[in-house]
Amino acid sequence: MTTSQTAMAQLNTGERALALIGGEATDANLRRYLHGIPGIDAVGLEQRAADLGTRSIKTSSKKWAIDRIISLIDLTTLEGADTPGKVKSLVGKALTPDAGDLSCPRVAAVCVYGDMVPHAVAALGPAHSAGTDAGVNVAAVATAFPSGRASLAIKLADVNDAVAAGADEIDMVIDRGAFLSGRFGQVYDEIVAVKQNCRRADGSFAHLKVILETGELGTYDNVRRASWLAILAGGEFIKTSTGKVPLAATLPVTLSMLEVVRDWHRLTGAKVGVKPAGGIRTSKDATKYLVTVAETVGEEWLTPGLFRFGASSLLNDVLMQRQKMTSGHYSGPDYVTMD
Amino acid sequence: MSFLDYAPAPESQAVLNLRSDYGLFIDGEFVAGRGEPFQSINPATEKQIAMIAHADAADVDAAVAAARRAYDRTWSKLSGSDRGKYLFRIARLVQERARELAVAETLDNGKPIKESRDVDVPLVAAWFFYYAGWADKLDHAGVGPTPSARGVAAQVIPWNFPLLMLAWKIAPALAAGNTVVLKPAETTSLTALLFAEILQQADLPAGVVNIVTGGRDTGRALVGHPGVNLVAFTGSTGAGRAIARSVAGTDKKVILELGGKAANIVFDDAPIDQAIEGIVNGIFFNQGHVCCAGSRLLVQESIHDDVIDRLKERLSTLRLGDPMDKNTDIGAINSAEQLARIREITDIGEQEGAERWSPDCVLPETGFWFKPTIFTNVSSSHRIARDEVFGPVLSVLTFRTPAEAIAKANNTPYGLSAGIWTEKGSRMLAVADKLRAGVIWANTFNRFDPASPFGGYKESGYGREGGRHGLAAYLKPAAGRAAARTVTAAPAASVAPAASGTASPASAEKTPVSRKKAAK
Repeated sequence: MTTSQTAMAQLNTGERALALIGGEATDANLRRYLHGIPGIDAVGLEQRAADLGTRSIKTSSKKWAIDRIISLIDLTTLEGADTPGKVKSLVGKALTPDAGDLSCPRVAAVCVYGDMVPHAVAALGPAHSAGTDAGVNVAAVATAFPSGRASLAIKLADVNDAVAAGADEIDMVIDRGAFLSGRFGQVYDEIVAVKQNCRRADGSFAHLKVILETGELGTYDNVRRASWLAILAGGEFIKTSTGKVPLAATLPVTLSMLEVVRDWHRLTGAKVGVKPAGGIRTSKDATKYLVTVAETVGEEWLTPGLFRFGASSLLNDVLMQRQKMTSGHYSGPDYVTMD
Repeated sequence: MSFLDYAPAPESQAVLNLRSDYGLFIDGEFVAGRGEPFQSINPATEKQIAMIAHADAADVDAAVAAARRAYDRTWSKLSGSDRGKYLFRIARLVQERARELAVAETLDNGKPIKESRDVDVPLVAAWFFYYAGWADKLDHAGVGPTPSARGVAAQVIPWNFPLLMLAWKIAPALAAGNTVVLKPAETTSLTALLFAEILQQADLPAGVVNIVTGGRDTGRALVGHPGVNLVAFTGSTGAGRAIARSVAGTDKKVILELGGKAANIVFDDAPIDQAIEGIVNGIFFNQGHVCCAGSRLLVQESIHDDVIDRLKERLSTLRLGDPMDKNTDIGAINSAEQLARIREITDIGEQEGAERWSPDCVLPETGFWFKPTIFTNVSSSHRIARDEVFGPVLSVLTFRTPAEAIAKANNTPYGLSAGIWTEKGSRMLAVADKLRAGVIWANTFNRFDPASPFGGYKESGYGREGGRHGLAAYLKPAAGRAAARTVTAAPAASVAPAASGTASPASAEKTPVSRKKAAK
């Protein structure tokens, strides 16, 4: 995309949002819009998610699902103890998930704190996608992740640093405090500002994922409203969680976000991605998410551009399943590498 | 390859050890029937599963005699807690053999394995557990202290939930101390016969439960048998009417669970995604072979188009096919006869001017299948809006105000169930209060629980099954109770003539009234 096309797309998003909410993005206008969205019956939502979870994915479907799960993973390390060495090791795993089977696909991205971006970029070397479809992306969490409790200036500086260091994707957090106290306009404006700061020197943009931290929002209705808010403001991905609060991604939460994405697509024709993150640890669980995506928004969403898993331990479980599919017997944790 | 073309995931049938032919279960043993045996087929393949014995009048006689003997000699003499022990044992055996029962049910009925596995069989166990707990607490069943059983119960069940309907009938009957002669539907005898094996395994005393398979003649002989004290029937309104006629003038207690044409009412403030699921579950669960199915969708006109769009999109993701595949959502129609009936009434729907729509899906070549179908532009006068289809066919009507929704929902000779979808609690309660239906679901549909009574208004039958109400039907008040009342009234009369002058005629009047109520 040229700079002007990108700018145009930006403008369209903003205009579209203003047209939809019927005025400027004020608290009152946004409240009117977000509270006009049909509610969610929690029991019914959970029942539907449980029902989707009973799909039985076997043989050839399982084989496909396993490889697809790997290629949708944002392999993540978000620790205070992260070091360049740890990040380098993570990148090694991302590039060669299974040293014993080089046909194993690569993951979609590595996800690190902003200050680790240069190390990730260096470790990836030529395998860094850097805006192309081939290779592995570098995603950086930003905006005073995970709490989001900092001034806007600091949040934006955080974003700028990561983008300048070569991050392809920015995982921002919304201000849950502002959201819960009804300051929807502030949440909206922050997302818009972060998105503008995703702009690189050459005029292209890093992709923006908006973390809702659903575990802090309390209700499915809030999750739905926050999803709409993030999409209206121009988020390219909506992401469930930071992984830093006890309640992370669940299937019902992800389903409710997928329903918003589906409705947004019906409304505008635009496709927004979804990223459940935190708490998805097994191949079996991840397969339930694939089923839920395919049966809610459609199979075309099962690409790295529109769906990701934010996970760390998931990869090794999937690899063990993959080895089992190939060899016919279970190996064990010693036959997959620690990263 | 498309991911959504899930690879086949068939449930293993290895757990099932079927015999090639089954006899009648009378007095604790399988015995040959005197009628001509008939075949039970798999409706998904039309292949024979087993030969089933056909009970004639003499067999029914033998079964009723066995039930009477068991009642007189054994079952009525056991304590409630001992009866409860048998019921708990049956419940545990159902759980232990759950996989086997689910596979058999799907094989014989055509319903998807995920439903027989996740709904039918777990509910069967739940029903036995629930009523097992009641067996020694009959004083609290609502018919006064020390109630007694009615005696021999004749029970005739339908083919849509073969084993579950058996549980609904047998569990409360046994808990209350009755013995049973049960006749399964002609096309779905299999799980009842496996259940008979479970009864043998549980060491239930011989004759307490007898199972007579056969046709309509068998059912007629059972219901009309002079030796039964109670008739419980679940099935069509036509058959229920015939039963009511045949037992009129006898002292048999009758419980009828008949047809329905439930309204599923969707208000414009409904939780829309869950409402869509509820509509789908309401009418396409068990291929719509559900007496309480939400077959009339009443949707507020302002959201009609949006709801229909979403519904069509959702229906396109339903998977129709091999019922034994764990991913199948819509299985086979139970019989050629039922399929013909569904075809006839849907053809009439089209002729009357309603708009028919079904998703693209390929129907298997053998077996009985019907695509999930919705009719829009339906008016209240259309037959598809009035007659029970008992198939995967939804009629969509619209309304403008809550009052109109209530009027349209109640405008049916039936009154078994209804659904309300709204986010507003006060509206939910206000509308539920005015709907004439036995079961009303709010923001859900087709949910069952043994503790909750189930039954209908008007032509949907009378009597309640499930819960305390379902238990009470199988009990009668203690024999001496009416007499005891007059006895206590008499001394009062002698002590205080003035008071008794008003009290005693009242109590004399009251007794026959309450008796009539109990016999209704």
